[in-house]
Amino acid sequence: MKHFDLVIIGGGSAGLAAAVSAYDNGVRDILILERDKELGGILQQCIHNGFGVHTFKEELSGPGFAERFVNLVHQKYITYKLNAMVIHMNDNKTIEYVSPDEGYVLIKAGAIILAMGCRERTRGAIAVPGYRPSGVWSAGTAQRYLNMEGFMVGKKIFILGSGDIGLIMARRLTLEGAEVKGVAEIMPYSNGLPRNIKQCLEDFDIPLFLSHTITKIDGLDRVSGVTIAQVDDRMQPIVGTEKTFDVDTVLFSIGLIPENALSEEANIEMDPKTRGPKVDESYQTSLEGVFACGNVLHVHDLVDFVAEEGRKTGIAAAKYINDQLNTGNVIHTVAKEGIGYIVPQMIHPVNLDKTIELMFRVRKQYKNVELVIKKDDEVLRVIKKKHLAPAEMEKVILKASDVALCQQSLSIEVVEDVA
Amino acid sequence: MKKHEMICIVCPMSCHLEVDLDDAGQVLNVTGNSCNRGDVYARKELTNPTRMLTSTVKISGALYDRLPVITSSDIPKGKMFEVMKALAHVEVVAPVAMNEVIIKNVCGLDVDIIASRSMERVH
Repeated sequence: MKHFDLVIIGGGSAGLAAAVSAYDNGVRDILILERDKELGGILQQCIHNGFGVHTFKEELSGPGFAERFVNLVHQKYITYKLNAMVIHMNDNKTIEYVSPDEGYVLIKAGAIILAMGCRERTRGAIAVPGYRPSGVWSAGTAQRYLNMEGFMVGKKIFILGSGDIGLIMARRLTLEGAEVKGVAEIMPYSNGLPRNIKQCLEDFDIPLFLSHTITKIDGLDRVSGVTIAQVDDRMQPIVGTEKTFDVDTVLFSIGLIPENALSEEANIEMDPKTRGPKVDESYQTSLEGVFACGNVLHVHDLVDFVAEEGRKTGIAAAKYINDQLNTGNVIHTVAKEGIGYIVPQMIHPVNLDKTIELMFRVRKQYKNVELVIKKDDEVLRVIKKKHLAPAEMEKVILKASDVALCQQSLSIEVVEDVA
Repeated sequence: MKKHEMICIVCPMSCHLEVDLDDAGQVLNVTGNSCNRGDVYARKELTNPTRMLTSTVKISGALYDRLPVITSSDIPKGKMFEVMKALAHVEVVAPVAMNEVIIKNVCGLDVDIIASRSMERVH
C-alpha cells in the first residue's frame, strides 16, 4: 500500500490552497485526489468576476482564480490525480479511490485534509408539489451546462431561492437572451449577497418575490408553467395570493450542504448546525490527523475566505506531520442568542499563535445591535453592528492571550435593544 | 445635503455605503467602504454606472466547448447586451492563454474581451 505524508481529498479552492500552504511549510509528499477532469472545482463554472480581491488583491473570474492556484501546484510539482473518486475513507487513515487510469487503489495517509466542498439542495429536499417534467434544475447544474458545456437550459425561467448561484444565473441567463420572470424567496429577506441583488436582479429589472414559494410546477414532459404564493409567518402558502408564470424552466437555488459522506463513514464527529465536521483551532476534526477546510466544513460566501481557511489548514497539517500540534486544555465555542453556529467549535489555546479567528453566522436579520463575546461569563468584547444577516458570514479575531485565560467556553450572542 | 445609501458591488464584501450629496447631486463624501474601490464605485454609480461583463465564447480543441471571457475593464451598464451580441459569433481554437485578447476594442468601447482562463489543446 502506497503511503503519502498528506492526502488532500478535493482539488477545488480549499484543497489547492491547503496543498500550496502545506508545501510552503515543508511538506513534500502530498497527493491531491480530484474527481473531476481538471483541478479547480466549482470555480471553473463560476465565470463571473469578484474573486481574489482579498487573496490576490485583484479582481478575477472564478476560472482565473483557480488558475492562479493550479499554477502554484504545478510550480511546486505537487502530485495530483484527476478523475479520481474517493469511495471510502477509514478511521485508520486509509483511503480507497477509483479512477479510469488506475482502477481501484488503496493508499495510506499520514494526515488527511478533507476539502470535498458542498452540493446543492434539490427539489426533493423541499417537496415542491406538481409534476416531474424536464426543465427543473439546480442552479449550479444549469451553471455548469451553460458556462462549461455550452448548453442553454431554457428560454423562459423562474428561479426559486435567492441564493447567490440563483441570482448569478438570473443575470447570466438574461444576458444570454433568456427571459427570467422572477425569483421567489420563502424568507422575508434575501439569502444572497446584497451586491448580487443589485447587479443581478435590479440591473435587469428582475422581480424578487420575498416571502413567496412555488406551490405548483406544471407540465407533463417539459415545464409549462409555475405557480407561486405568498407565505405566512409559519411558511404556509396563503390562499388567494397565487401568481402564475408562463415558463419552460425552473431553477432551484435553495442552499448548499457540505458533502460529508466520507467524514460520516469515518465516524468523524459532526456539527448538526454547519453539517460539517467539528474542528479545533487547527481545523483538526475529532479524528486525529484528519483536517477539514472550505465548504465541506461550513458553507462560505467568498472563495477568498475558503482559500484562507485552506492556507491555515495546510499550515496546521504540516505542524501535525512534524509532530508540533499539541492537545491539552480545550475551550468550547458556544453559539448563544441569535448565533447560528461558530467555527471552530473548540480551541486548544496551546496551539494558538497570536490570534484566533472565529467565523459565525447570525440566525436572522438584525439592525443596530451589539455582538457580545464572553469568555466564561465575563464580557471580553462588544462590537456594535449596524447590520447583520444570515447571508453574510461574520468574523471576529481574538487575542490568544485573552483566550488562554478562558476556563471553559467562549460565547457569542446578539444583544438587541441597545440604548 | 442629501444622504444616499447603496450597496457596493465591487467585491463580495457588499459594503453598505453612505454617500453625502450636495443639493446639485454632486458627491461630497463616501463612508462605509472598506477600501478605496468603494469610493470610486459610489461616485461612478451615481454619474456613469459601469459593469464588468463576463460570458463565454465557443472554443474547439479544448477540454470543454466554452472559453470563459471577461472585459479588460468595466463598460457602460447600457452596453452589456451590445457586447453580448459581439461575442455570439466568436469562435476560437485551443490553446488559449489566460488574458489573451479575444476581441480588441469591442464595440468601439476601448475595452478588450480577454480570456479569463487558459485552455490547453486536448488531443
